[in-house]
Amino acid sequence: MIGDLLQGLAVMIWKVATDQPDPKTDFLAVIPAGIQPVVSAVLSVIPILIVFPSLFALTTLLERKGLGRIQNRLGPNRVGPFGLLQPAADGLKMLTKEDIVPRDADKLLHFLAPVVLLVPTLLAYAVLPFGRNLVPVEIDAGMVFFFAVGASTELSIFMAGWSSRNKYSLLGAMRAISQMISYEIPLIISTVPVIMLTGSLSLVEIVNRQEGFLFGVLPRWHVFTPWGFAGFIIFLIASLAESNRSPFDIPEAESEIIAGHLTEYSGFKYALFFLAEYLGMFAMSGLAVTLFLGGWRAPLPFLGEVPGYMWFLGKLMGLVCVFIWIRGTVPRLRVDQLLNFAWKFLLPLSLINLVTAAVWHFSVGWSFPGALPVRWLICAAMVAAPYAGLGRALTGGGKPTRRTYRFAE
Amino acid sequence: MLGEGIIKGMAETARNFVGSYHDPLRLTTVEYPEAKIAAKENARNFPFLVFDGDDAMKGLRCVACQICEKECPPQCIFIVKDTVKKPDYIGKMQVQPKIFNIDISVCMSCQICVEVCPFEAIKMDTSFELSNYDRFGGLLLDKHQLARPNGYYHKIHAIEAEEVDARLAAEKAKAEAKAKADAEAKTKAAAAAAAKPPALAAPVK
Repeated sequence: MIGDLLQGLAVMIWKVATDQPDPKTDFLAVIPAGIQPVVSAVLSVIPILIVFPSLFALTTLLERKGLGRIQNRLGPNRVGPFGLLQPAADGLKMLTKEDIVPRDADKLLHFLAPVVLLVPTLLAYAVLPFGRNLVPVEIDAGMVFFFAVGASTELSIFMAGWSSRNKYSLLGAMRAISQMISYEIPLIISTVPVIMLTGSLSLVEIVNRQEGFLFGVLPRWHVFTPWGFAGFIIFLIASLAESNRSPFDIPEAESEIIAGHLTEYSGFKYALFFLAEYLGMFAMSGLAVTLFLGGWRAPLPFLGEVPGYMWFLGKLMGLVCVFIWIRGTVPRLRVDQLLNFAWKFLLPLSLINLVTAAVWHFSVGWSFPGALPVRWLICAAMVAAPYAGLGRALTGGGKPTRRTYRFAE
Repeated sequence: MLGEGIIKGMAETARNFVGSYHDPLRLTTVEYPEAKIAAKENARNFPFLVFDGDDAMKGLRCVACQICEKECPPQCIFIVKDTVKKPDYIGKMQVQPKIFNIDISVCMSCQICVEVCPFEAIKMDTSFELSNYDRFGGLLLDKHQLARPNGYYHKIHAIEAEEVDARLAAEKAKAEAKAKADAEAKTKAAAAAAAKPPALAAPVK
């Protein structure tokens, strides 16, 4: 029995590592039929619970190192070689810190908020295809599930802000709500062209539709089409706002409202918030990879032999590095700038992108000579012209206007 | 166009990121416990007492005049005069401090003690590694802990110390010249007195 279990486990790990279908069957064959579904689910969950939190630990170090280098500093390098044990030291610090609950706080909600935040964040991973045969739950409406679950994180952020009984917490939570609701709309609309052109809500199907190469070199990823490129950029900006990252870190703007909804949290609860924030960012990046960057598919034909999950993780980490890069570059927006940007720029742009996708879809049958470049040009113009126009409208013609003060001058 | 500035900024930060790996001169920080940046000429934190020569207590410039103690805004200086006098740099007998304490946990680094001292005896230090396990006794420095040789003063504030030394030397030269003149005048007067007595004695008769 034990031997069979171990053998099944070894076969499963081998199959996962080499990208083979149905890795769990050998292991499940040994398990009694009654508990097979539960064991199967646990087997899917455990790798997610191991891989992504460790990726979180790695990313905190990567972020601090990267930001240091961007600012011409060295970054943490004291704990272990090259500071590699820094996440362990941080974790120990968080665990041993005192867990402070304000006297007037709503104790139950205050305790529940980080837990409730972590659950939907982890649930979002259930539908992401990590590799060729690595999908925890293959459901037809994967994207709907992802966004439904992702939207419920706002609830726990407001729980945290409300239950702390602190003005900064409440302000941060209210800012978070206005920001997340504003950016949820362009986020979802920017993914609609993908659904329109693949005709499916299943993330597995969307990855399958991005198979193959144009002219043998250019992968058929959605990002390499005009509507896909625009959608990808809008998605990236909106997901930055959704995961509360700079330059959209208004809900926890430390120079204005201390730490927003995190103000009254300390110790391990704070670490949980932090973890959930990064896990949310990874899930968003994972969805961006799946929708626009070809999921687990290799970027060049001869690289197809490398296991899919390597490509997925590589692309995901690439996006995370871009997020860190942006954080090291762009200062925080004001609240009014943030909302103007969402409603006056991103939302119209993503709506126009729907039309671009429609043009792209219906022009696929064009057969007159030079149809391909014409199709590309039309769609590219449909992306570029509204971008330039809306950009001018948003920034006031590109010229910096002199600010006038009614009372201060 | 919208986004142009962001692209430029991203290029700048990318340049910093790559540059910090191949060009060590870009790194603006040093790794502190191993490497330290030398303090600037006008850096200051807490006062110390200057002494001349080798023996700290004999060469202490302080004459326990208590001006600094009276001027100190947070009153972190405590002085008790000694009954025994000692010669100063000119050779004149001066009072010396029996107790000279500075509580650096109270000191606010205002440098007023330095400004008011007529004897160039108290100056500002630049050392900053002062952490201590005893936050009361450990931060209360007595005159032995406060005393630093003039050479140390030269090391941390070279330009200022040169001026002070020049001024002291000038004062000493002036004092010596005056002493010499006084001595000459005295000998002249003595000689005159020696020559005069008969003339002076005459009217008495």
